[in-house]
Amino acid sequence: MINARKIMVAGVALAALATVAGCGEKEQVIVYQQGKYQGKTDTKPADNDPGSSLYTTSKWTKGDKAGWEAALKSRNQNQNEYTRAN
Amino acid sequence: MARMKFLCDAERCIECNGCVTACKQENEVPWGVNRRRVVTLNDGVPGEKSISVACMHCSDAPCMAVCPVDCFYKTEEGVVLHDKDMCIGCGYCFYACPFGAPQFPQAGAFGMRGKMDKCTFCAGGPEKDNSKEEFAKYGSNRLAQGKLPACAEMCSTKALLGGDGDVIADIFRNRALKRGKGAEVWGWGTAYGKPDNPQQQAPKGAKS
Repeated sequence: MINARKIMVAGVALAALATVAGCGEKEQVIVYQQGKYQGKTDTKPADNDPGSSLYTTSKWTKGDKAGWEAALKSRNQNQNEYTRAN
Repeated sequence: MARMKFLCDAERCIECNGCVTACKQENEVPWGVNRRRVVTLNDGVPGEKSISVACMHCSDAPCMAVCPVDCFYKTEEGVVLHDKDMCIGCGYCFYACPFGAPQFPQAGAFGMRGKMDKCTFCAGGPEKDNSKEEFAKYGSNRLAQGKLPACAEMCSTKALLGGDGDVIADIFRNRALKRGKGAEVWGWGTAYGKPDNPQQQAPKGAKS
């Protein structure tokens, strides 16, 4: 008797859950998360070997992000004629 | 590192379209698509101003927000790129972009749009770096070679600066501080600064 009652209560609870589940609103707009999107993953520029590039003046060791950034910063100064010509 | 940005100095841009040419050559951009364009205001009137415009790699990019297939991503360096394998060519990004950066090759019949093409800050796309596939789809990956975008590096007057936002802002600030003001709001002095000694005369007999 007690078992049948328990099953009935559980059944009612499940039915109630199933009924309200339809009321929930699912987010339909894709929210971009940093570094995650639906396409292919991309490699980072610093993960390349500078030796494999043609005519590059930048030097860094493969995978060294700080080194790559420093190389790019020094290359950036080529656009500053106040340090080039004056 | 700050975010990668472009900065165009309207006082210096001479509308030579060298940046447009450099971009097309470097990335072998198809006919009908210009990833970079030079816009001139008051063309032909003294004091006209030109500015070179491409994708500004927005911090909160509207193209990324509207893409229904979520094919855009932003690299650690702040470069906005997209996956051409996922792009469905719907054109939403084209409508959303205030700069007209995303464009569609229309080589096919019935004005077919094809896959969207945009400035990549010379950072390629989601393929193996400097591979044939990457070049064919997205163009050159100069960042992976330790270089900066071809348009900025090729600019003859250094009007177009491209690179780390902090660094190019410092370059521009230093330049702006050396400029004249008031009646000299445009011209050589504004663009290139005043000589250290304005009274200095060219030596006699020397070529001017």
